[in-house]
Amino acid sequence: MAVCIAVIAKENYPLYIRSIPAENKLKFHYMVHTSLDVVEEKISTVGKALVDQRELYLGLLYPTEDYKVYGYVTNSKVKFVIVVDSSNTALRDNEIRSMFRKLHNSYTDVMCNPFYNPGDTIQSKSFDTMVSGMMLQAC
Amino acid sequence: MSPGQWDLPPELCCRPMAFVALTGLDVVYNAVHRAIWDAFCANRRADRVPISFKVLPGDHEYPKCRTKRSSYEWYIPKGILKTGWMNKHLNLVPALVVVFYELDWDETQWKEKQSECATKVEIVRTSLQGRNTKVAVVLIQKKTPLPPGEDVVASERAAALCNACDLSGKSLFVLPHTDHLVGYIIRLENAFYEHAQTYYYTEIRKVKSHKEFLNKTTHQLLFVRHQFKIAFFSELKQDTQNALKYYRTAYNLVHELRAHETNMLEIKNMAGFINYKICRLCFQHSIPLEAIAQFRKHIDLCKKKIGSAELGFEHIAWMSKQFQSFGDLFDEAVKLGLTAIQTQNPGFYYQQAAYYAQERKQLASQLCSHEASVSYPSPDPLETPNGMLDFYGQRPWRQGHQSIDPPDPEKEKSGILALQLKERDVPHSELIIALLSSAVAQFKKYKCPRMKSHLMVQMGEEYYHAKDYTKSLKLLDYVMCDYRTERWWTLLTSILATALKCSYLMGQVKDYITYSLELIGRASTLKEDQKSRIEKNLIKVLMNECPDTEPECDPAAVKTAQNLWADRVSLAGNNDFIIEVQDYVPFVQCKARFLSPSFHVDVPVQLHIYLKADCPHPIRFSKLCVSFNNQEYNQFCEVEEPYESNDILEPSGQGNMCLVPGKTRKYHFKFVARTEDVGKKIEITEIDLMLGNKNGRYMFLKWRGGGGDAASPQEALQASRSFKRRPRLADNQVDWDSVSIQANTMVISRIPKVSVQLHHEPPALTNEMYCMMVNIESQEDSLIRDIKLTVGLKPGQDANLTQTTHVTLNGTEVCDDSHPALLHDIFIGELHPGQKIVKPVYFRCVTTGSRIFLVHVSYMVNTSVESKEIMCKCHKDETVNIETVVPFNVAMKFVSTRFEHLDRMYVDIPFLLMTDIPSASPWPLKLFSSQLQLTSSVVAVDNLDSQIEEVVLQTGESASECFCVKCPSVTSNTSGVTTGRYTISWKRESNNEKLPVVCTSVTLPCITVEAIPLYVHADLPSFGRVRESLPVKYLIQNRTSQVQDVEMSVEPSDAFMFSGLKQVRMRILPGNEQEMLYNFYPLMAGYQVLPSLNINLLRFPGVSSQLLRRFLPTRIFIKPQGRQVDDASIAAA
Repeated sequence: MAVCIAVIAKENYPLYIRSIPAENKLKFHYMVHTSLDVVEEKISTVGKALVDQRELYLGLLYPTEDYKVYGYVTNSKVKFVIVVDSSNTALRDNEIRSMFRKLHNSYTDVMCNPFYNPGDTIQSKSFDTMVSGMMLQAC
Repeated sequence: MSPGQWDLPPELCCRPMAFVALTGLDVVYNAVHRAIWDAFCANRRADRVPISFKVLPGDHEYPKCRTKRSSYEWYIPKGILKTGWMNKHLNLVPALVVVFYELDWDETQWKEKQSECATKVEIVRTSLQGRNTKVAVVLIQKKTPLPPGEDVVASERAAALCNACDLSGKSLFVLPHTDHLVGYIIRLENAFYEHAQTYYYTEIRKVKSHKEFLNKTTHQLLFVRHQFKIAFFSELKQDTQNALKYYRTAYNLVHELRAHETNMLEIKNMAGFINYKICRLCFQHSIPLEAIAQFRKHIDLCKKKIGSAELGFEHIAWMSKQFQSFGDLFDEAVKLGLTAIQTQNPGFYYQQAAYYAQERKQLASQLCSHEASVSYPSPDPLETPNGMLDFYGQRPWRQGHQSIDPPDPEKEKSGILALQLKERDVPHSELIIALLSSAVAQFKKYKCPRMKSHLMVQMGEEYYHAKDYTKSLKLLDYVMCDYRTERWWTLLTSILATALKCSYLMGQVKDYITYSLELIGRASTLKEDQKSRIEKNLIKVLMNECPDTEPECDPAAVKTAQNLWADRVSLAGNNDFIIEVQDYVPFVQCKARFLSPSFHVDVPVQLHIYLKADCPHPIRFSKLCVSFNNQEYNQFCEVEEPYESNDILEPSGQGNMCLVPGKTRKYHFKFVARTEDVGKKIEITEIDLMLGNKNGRYMFLKWRGGGGDAASPQEALQASRSFKRRPRLADNQVDWDSVSIQANTMVISRIPKVSVQLHHEPPALTNEMYCMMVNIESQEDSLIRDIKLTVGLKPGQDANLTQTTHVTLNGTEVCDDSHPALLHDIFIGELHPGQKIVKPVYFRCVTTGSRIFLVHVSYMVNTSVESKEIMCKCHKDETVNIETVVPFNVAMKFVSTRFEHLDRMYVDIPFLLMTDIPSASPWPLKLFSSQLQLTSSVVAVDNLDSQIEEVVLQTGESASECFCVKCPSVTSNTSGVTTGRYTISWKRESNNEKLPVVCTSVTLPCITVEAIPLYVHADLPSFGRVRESLPVKYLIQNRTSQVQDVEMSVEPSDAFMFSGLKQVRMRILPGNEQEMLYNFYPLMAGYQVLPSLNINLLRFPGVSSQLLRRFLPTRIFIKPQGRQVDDASIAAA
């Protein structure tokens, strides 16, 4: 299903990036990094008055030939990015949404950990397992 | 085959325009013809009809028309589209041939000329045998023609000429060569355009007519070809809507073709052409979304049509080209006004094209890595007899071949080999970089800074592969900081690693060191062994040796690099480097910290420099120095420890200058600030750490300010947020995270050792001379000199306070407005240790409210710090908030002689002025005297001596006075007669004698004075006794200048019996008075109401008895009857 899942801090540095081991890790890092352009643009163009009712799910950020990059921004401006294979046409928007929701829940759990310092890279086993689950699902 | 093998042919990319050939014009030697030609082709604006003109000689040979096939039954097509076809219809076969001929209607040799013209037309016709091309004749005439119908000769001759040339009347034109040439030409070309339209229409009909002969099994290729041709002719006809429709059909048909390895290339090629046309037309019709959709569909359909695996790079190259040309189309459309967005712009297509180009390069390097011994096949299988292909997308060695298997496997093999060898020579990197830079330009436009950076990294890497290290380094260096500031360390490390290789291969020492610094630092995600290798290399460089080769470098480039490094080593000089590490994440971290944000000038300034290395091996440095904004301090903050060049790596843990990885090292500096710097900031401007030594090569790591680098602010923030407990460390160890930078400190004056005490009795009273005793006592150990006192209102308060506050040292007289609110620098002199001085200061506050007063004592004293004698200026400030209140309130009222409240006075009738002075001061007040100054409108009835002299008022007590006054006359009976002023002189009881008395004066209120016509006065004893006669006399005075008729009556009363006139009417002369006598006989004891007297003035009905009754007493006290001393009653008692 997902080939890369990333959590990006409010200041746009990576908190967590996992990609499928088969492919070049750097490629996905770059892909996630460049997708922030679109995320930033989307956040800034959404009317400031509507910030409260803003939809967290940003949808498809941009398509590349081989991958689709989806984005999601929490209210505290933490970004989630999921990259899926373009060939995987079975994935509907709804499923991506639910993946993000799951990711968000798990991230919230990480944040609730009193030993986690917000802004540090995420090194949580349960988060890892959840992410692995989402990456495995389709394989 | 050129690198542009996949370039789309220009005839495909251009906008097809009707082709019209002009013959019979001699544009070289004939000026008139030249002018005509220029009018046709020069400055063609967009509003002119789309025709491409060409001048051809009259006897030009047009391409031969092949004889039409009568049946397609046995015909097997050899390919989809001939390579020459588009060009033929764009540039070779005209829609219309125009024959220009100079002939006037009144030509004398008409017959000859006419037949010559006919011959010319005939020649053209012959050359166009079999084609539907139209022919038209234009007669160039010198004279302006007459209006149609008037010139009989002209119409006759025109008809004759048409006849001779076998032309319809519509194809004969006259072009008078006069002033309005351009106008005629425009009319001419419009006519030509119509002819051309008809021509292309018939061509379309002709192609369509073939359809019925075709069958689906053998003529599949023709279906595509015909649709393409119809579409192309429609375009020539400028019917783009239909063109789009036919191209779409053609596109669908292309994909219906049976595809196999041998014709895959041809199909893809054709699909690419048609797709290009469709996209182009979609953009032209402003339906960009359809263009994009078509392109996506095209890519999805063709992606998997790889064809021969051995020529996989061909497919990738073709894909790359597809994306590139779509990007070009898109960009073109944007230039013509289309709006693109961030997520859908030409950049993405260029980027994808670049990816394919990269893939092509990789694949080519796999498939084309033949041994050097493999030579190019001979004869060249790519050679064709006429130097070009017959059909688009076919193999040169088997043109026209349409069956599934290649006819000759040997030939096929050599053909593939030839292609592979050709591919080897393609400058892949150039192609990739060109595409990437197109993409960069686009992403820059559409606000994608990160995408832009990424592409620039790729460009840099490509330059690296292309061995253009300078450019590579330039690009990589440019984007590095973006990744650094966004803290994407993985990406930064990868870029740095490439940059390091570049700098190594170029022998750039400084760059090499800079990149190494960061690669072995904490931001690097390299493995420990890599870091170790790089650190060792760095140390080698510092020892002026050649570093080891970077891995995975091109061997040839490494050779050159080694030579370069050898040169660098042998070269003397230029061996020191200063590297500003602030903007990097170097392997040594530095923090500077003044121990306090401020230091008194008489204590030494203390400073700690913390250093921590993150590299894998301990490293030794030779010098640490700190620079300040005042360079005089620099000398105190330096440590230096020269060492032998070879022990830079010695892990001597106790060495002062050795940094052990992970351990924080602290350096302590101490210096005495200069007295001139009191009140100034000492700031660290830079910290320099020297690595290497002067004999070999050395570098300074330079931190601006108090240390820190690109990553440290965020780290500090995270550390401050962290709940983690700081690790417990040995005493001399410091936890790095708990150190915060303090890059500047303030030098402040020495703590004063004097006591300043203020004695005073708040609150201050308005207008008084408020006394404050300032006690200054020296507690210094030595003589203090130059003592100065500044005292007064503290600056910076409400501006009004400055106007209403005055300060003086002289308490004997009341100060006025000329005195300032703040007294500066009152010279006091010297004080020996323990000596004391008292200084009285007086304030006068004119208004109430709270004020802050400042007492500032400054002095000079000698002291020593760190066995250094300095002269310090010290000062001590005391502030005190003093409230000012009014000492007392003055209330005044006017009452009648009967102590009744009066709201108006009557002329000549005395009344009382009563003053009331309640004290509001918390301190006892002494009233010296009071003075009443009356105006002329009021006179005193008796003397006005003060009744409150020498009175002392305690808090809450009140002093009162009472004066009897009257108003002698009335000027006019207006209200508001000023009465005068009331002045009280007073001071605090506690104040000493010398202090002046304060005068507070109050303006008396205004009164209303009125004249009355009649005045009644009662003359009666102060009390009566029951059953004893009480004589009462009423005096009634006429105050007017007229005779008054007065009616008077006395009403009966229960408490009195009385004798006298009960009711009387009398007349009183002006100024006279009438006396009325009554004898009252009280009946009851106690306060009794007197029988009321009613007076009516007949002339002044307005003056009621009510008014007059005010002057009369209403009650009297009646004592009970005196009892005779009764013996019996005494006895009874």
